[in-house]
Amino acid sequence: MSQLYADIHKRIGNFELDVLIESDARRIGILGASGSGKSMTLKCIAGIEDVDSGRIEAGGRVLFDSASKTCLKPQKRNVGYMFQNYALFPTMTVLGNVMAGLRGRKDGNRSAAMDMLKRFGMEGFENRLPGELSGGQQQRVALARIMVTEPGLILLDEPYSALDGYLRDRMQLEMLEMLDDYKGQVIMVSHSRDELYRFSEELFVLDGGKIIRHGATKDVFADPGCIGAARLTGCKNFSAVDISDEHTALARDWGITLKTERVIPAGTEYIGYRAHSLEPVWGERQDNCIKFDLVRSDDLPFEKNLYVQSGGEGEGSIICWFIQRDAQKDIGKKGYPDYLKMTEENMLFLK
Amino acid sequence: MDSFIELAKTLDWSPLWISLKTGVVATVISFFLGLWAARKVIKKDYRTKSVLDGILTLPMVLPPTVAGFFLLLIFSRRRSFGIFLNDTFDIQVVHTWLGCILAATVIAFPLMYRNARAAFEQIDANLVYAGRTLGMSELEIFWRVVVPTAGPGIASGTILTFARAMGEYGATSMLAGNIPGKTGTVSQRIAMVIQDGDYATAGFWVVIVLLIAFLAVFLINLITGKHMKNIRKW
Repeated sequence: MSQLYADIHKRIGNFELDVLIESDARRIGILGASGSGKSMTLKCIAGIEDVDSGRIEAGGRVLFDSASKTCLKPQKRNVGYMFQNYALFPTMTVLGNVMAGLRGRKDGNRSAAMDMLKRFGMEGFENRLPGELSGGQQQRVALARIMVTEPGLILLDEPYSALDGYLRDRMQLEMLEMLDDYKGQVIMVSHSRDELYRFSEELFVLDGGKIIRHGATKDVFADPGCIGAARLTGCKNFSAVDISDEHTALARDWGITLKTERVIPAGTEYIGYRAHSLEPVWGERQDNCIKFDLVRSDDLPFEKNLYVQSGGEGEGSIICWFIQRDAQKDIGKKGYPDYLKMTEENMLFLK
Repeated sequence: MDSFIELAKTLDWSPLWISLKTGVVATVISFFLGLWAARKVIKKDYRTKSVLDGILTLPMVLPPTVAGFFLLLIFSRRRSFGIFLNDTFDIQVVHTWLGCILAATVIAFPLMYRNARAAFEQIDANLVYAGRTLGMSELEIFWRVVVPTAGPGIASGTILTFARAMGEYGATSMLAGNIPGKTGTVSQRIAMVIQDGDYATAGFWVVIVLLIAFLAVFLINLITGKHMKNIRKW
């Protein structure tokens, strides 16, 4: 049995949450769009929300089991939960917040809480109220408050969504450092593929209350398996395909026939192609090329987004090509390419 | 002015003390009862909530004399519950100070309950969830997180409750009567002296009531204002 085992069935109105998360990884990610049920999953694990049926095990303990009618109260689960808005108690000082979860002797608690604040660089802030802290500082206090209770499992619910730009990047690094000596498992839920790519060893992709793909994070990004997971991992171009034979497929949305060396997996319904992986071709048309017919170009701070009309029909007929600033030199020299090439190793075969 | 001081010297001050005592006791009872009821009610589903809310608010919307009528029905020593209280516990409600407290509590309680409920409903549920995952007991979460966070709303509820309890007239006069030195509150004294045409004494009491009422409102603003500096004017 894995360290973390969460088999959760829950019905809320028309929405049905039906997930199985089983993992021994120290850093687990759950990727999903808003409304996919990812926060609900965490709340079920923590015991904040009731589960209809299933079994939840973490840190070697059974937290919930509908078969044996076990359901530990959230107070007894020893699961640390970091809320999106941190949920610091507004009328308590920083020190009071960190001490709130500690039972037993006051003076021992005080020194444990102070040590934790020191570790997180919040020394000198212990008498402030949460409202007087910046977003990053609030997050540190929230994490200190969790860590001081020595939880068996830590849940991070969209931890960076309340932060902006610069601070968001800084806190991602900081969080990794702060969690470095934590030996237990951590689950992070996010809609941001970048955050999870950086954070998690194992990734679960959640869509409409179901896990649609899971595996080692890098594998999931390299081979999302289905169109929903590919979208969530940031893939921009999709086309429905008709497979003619094992090495040939007609991409209907793009209006081209794709040829591959390797065998196209049976049951492939879509092919996905990441906007950063398109290669410009000048001159002769090659295999798997789309004619460069520019419809629109947008300049972003560090890259350029080009939208090209392919020959096909359907939702995916406009192809996005994202080029980094420094890769634009060629275009400066030679002008826009004649074709965009899809290389075989970058094609995502999807269901 | 001289006659005013003369009046103050010869005045029977007992109504003020009776009113203040009644106000304090009724407020303390309403405070805990109101917090408890508010906490219970917000956990109920929508339909139960509406029904319970209606019942708990009723004393505030009904004319106090109607509330007084019901209280008399229940506690009259000529009826079964009143007889039971008298015979078993030696408790008399009608024409006693206990009646003053009961009438004031019933009338003022909804103010406490409604304010507490509104304040609780404004609280971010994540605070409660966070308390639970941190291992705090429900009682600890309530008294250390929920009540302090709902502080301004609860404080204004408490002061309104006190003001209302102190000024109670209708239900009190029916249940407790106006026995000088025992159940004779300020409001009842004003009504009584007016009937005698003694406008000077009535005016004197009116001034005192005005002062207390103003002080109450001032206190609310002081307490809630301190927490509301971040609210922008519009």
